[in-house]
Amino acid sequence: MNEAYRYFLIFLGALLVYNILLIRFIALCAFFGISSQVETSIGMAMSVLFVMTMATAVSWIAWNYILHPLGVGEFLYIPVFILIIAALVQFVEMVIRKISPPLYRGMGIYLPLITTNCAVLAAATESVKPGFLKMNIAYHFSLPEALIYTIGVALGYGLVIIMFSCIRERIKTAPIPHSFKGIPIAFIIAALLSLAFMGFANLLGI
Amino acid sequence: MRAKISIFWVEFKKGFIEQNPLFKLLVGLCSALAVSTKVENGIFMGIAVIFVLVFSNAIIALIREKIPYDVRIPIFIVVIASFVTIVDLTLKAYFQPVYERLGVWIPLIVVNCIILARAEGFAYKNPVLGSIADGFGMGLGYTVVLLVMGVIRELLGTGKIVLFEKTIISLSHFNPPLIFIMFPGAFITFGCLMALLNRYEARKKG
Repeated sequence: MNEAYRYFLIFLGALLVYNILLIRFIALCAFFGISSQVETSIGMAMSVLFVMTMATAVSWIAWNYILHPLGVGEFLYIPVFILIIAALVQFVEMVIRKISPPLYRGMGIYLPLITTNCAVLAAATESVKPGFLKMNIAYHFSLPEALIYTIGVALGYGLVIIMFSCIRERIKTAPIPHSFKGIPIAFIIAALLSLAFMGFANLLGI
Repeated sequence: MRAKISIFWVEFKKGFIEQNPLFKLLVGLCSALAVSTKVENGIFMGIAVIFVLVFSNAIIALIREKIPYDVRIPIFIVVIASFVTIVDLTLKAYFQPVYERLGVWIPLIVVNCIILARAEGFAYKNPVLGSIADGFGMGLGYTVVLLVMGVIRELLGTGKIVLFEKTIISLSHFNPPLIFIMFPGAFITFGCLMALLNRYEARKKG
């Protein structure tokens, strides 16, 4: 298969076909907590893209050059990856606060939340450690593949969270049954969106 | 002694309804929705979460006076990650098929917000006994929801419930709507359960 085409398929698969929020249910807690306003959703989406890409890059290097050659990866990968993410988040927070205060005001409050955002750990583990199914294939990603996969996952996250928050802003004024007000109706909307995303299944044979 | 037991009981039972982690605190949603396609998955995931929650709560409560406030999150995460590694390797060694089915969800227990939320919100401020009870109650509250969702989804989605390769209940003359074991079904089931709970509580208040 053509190299560029394969990258495109990995990207598209991560973005739409195996969308991390609606198809795979990863990172839902922050999703329902944050998506009630469009502005905060955009901030969150940007921070996730940023941290996730860096986390995968560093984890990939840590796995392939340190953990795997030393033979300790099997039982150390969980603490190492999560510490990489926690450290990165702290680091990014400090750098942004120093370099660009306006960006910090926009992104700063989401950064601590990202440490416990399962999407980051999931993308890093799946694209780095061999043996996890991603898009129904279990093979070892090279660094560019892992990065493209992660960017796809992060953009898919952003796409859905922004879309979802637009719908939730409009639904505030809609007449809904009393017991469905608030979070339950958000789940029903998510179900419908998820149904729509299932339509992407088998797109280009992914 | 009696006072101790009653403290234990108070901390234990609040995880079921009043502060049910899934319905009330909205934490730990991701894994609950993703693994509840089968009752059997719910059992294994529930046990894994209870184990990690009880032990990490106990350890954090034991060393809580020695943990400096500024670096508490990384310390919590390291404690939690160690117990998750124990679960990860145990399942891999003794329950290979289950391990493959749960896949990336086992490492993701580390960032399961329930556990970090309990460490931060409860174990860091309370003595050991109460923290163990809290972990046990929260874990069971999580497991019960997982099982209820598993029963609804497996029964409606496949028309039967299979536990450890034995069919427990089987609905004849029933054409199962597959949607319930697929992604949207999880959102719909959870949204409706939550609405039901809201309605029940509104009724009780009068």
